[in-house]
Amino acid sequence: MFRLLHVLVLLFVAVFGLISLTALAQTPDEVLAVIQSDAQANNPAFQGFSSARGESFFKQTHGNELSCSACHTGNPAATGKHAKTGKAIQPLAPAANAKRFTDTAKVEKWFKRNCNDVLDRVCTPQEKGDVLAYLLTIKN
Amino acid sequence: MLSNNRKFLRTIAIAAVLMEVMMPVAMAEQDDGERSNKYMTTAANAKWKAECGACHVNYPPNLLPAKSWRVLMSGLDKHFGSDASLDAATAREISGFLEQNAGSEMFASQMFVSRGKPVLRITETRWFRNKHDEVSQRDWDSPKVKSPANCTACHAQAERGDFNEDNVRIPN
Repeated sequence: MFRLLHVLVLLFVAVFGLISLTALAQTPDEVLAVIQSDAQANNPAFQGFSSARGESFFKQTHGNELSCSACHTGNPAATGKHAKTGKAIQPLAPAANAKRFTDTAKVEKWFKRNCNDVLDRVCTPQEKGDVLAYLLTIKN
Repeated sequence: MLSNNRKFLRTIAIAAVLMEVMMPVAMAEQDDGERSNKYMTTAANAKWKAECGACHVNYPPNLLPAKSWRVLMSGLDKHFGSDASLDAATAREISGFLEQNAGSEMFASQMFVSRGKPVLRITETRWFRNKHDEVSQRDWDSPKVKSPANCTACHAQAERGDFNEDNVRIPN
């Protein structure tokens, strides 16, 4: 009886430990899947993400002075620099920085802020997915 | 009666001018007395460090009065031209930390401009200007400095909260 209780407790810890781990750490592909379900909900005619579209979106300006690459540089595997404060920005491409796109809340926080700075509006799920698809093509 | 009023007003005006003149002296004395801990900020909060420090030096909370932090934290979506918005829970925690460790009221009286608006940039406080009055325009304009908000350009240990004058190295 005592042993059974032990086994049950161990099982409980293992299962919940795994659940909380996956809740905390996501892979960039999982983050992309979340964005994709947003995109599908947003647009019934959604046809997938395009890394080529993501790359041009990343590198061009959108009416404002800044582009994504203004701070993240034209090479997302390189260390960037904050346009105003000069503070170093760690590489954005997951291949160069394993911490990137592993936390949906953090991803959403930065998309909201940076899209407002670059485009004066929030980005659509299509735009976010295109950019992430592009970043996932970058090799370190 | 009229002349009495006038005399009274003149006394007030003189007192105000005197206070204005004496204030930096009083501040300087206070400075020297507290030299050991004045330049070292030990107060820290993990969220403050991570969130504010993502874009800039973690400016010490004691360099602005609580009212300034309150106004600044209520406008993070337009934070000196950038969107720095936070979720409500994080913003609340950081605001609490900043206000608890904010500059003293005595210090605060130096921070407010005459229109009664709180100063939001540490670099615009009279305290900051007095402290940096010997820095030449050429040094401010240096591409390695770029902005007076770039503490680490000269205070290499700024990230650790160390602004000790003896450790200042102005880049060439």
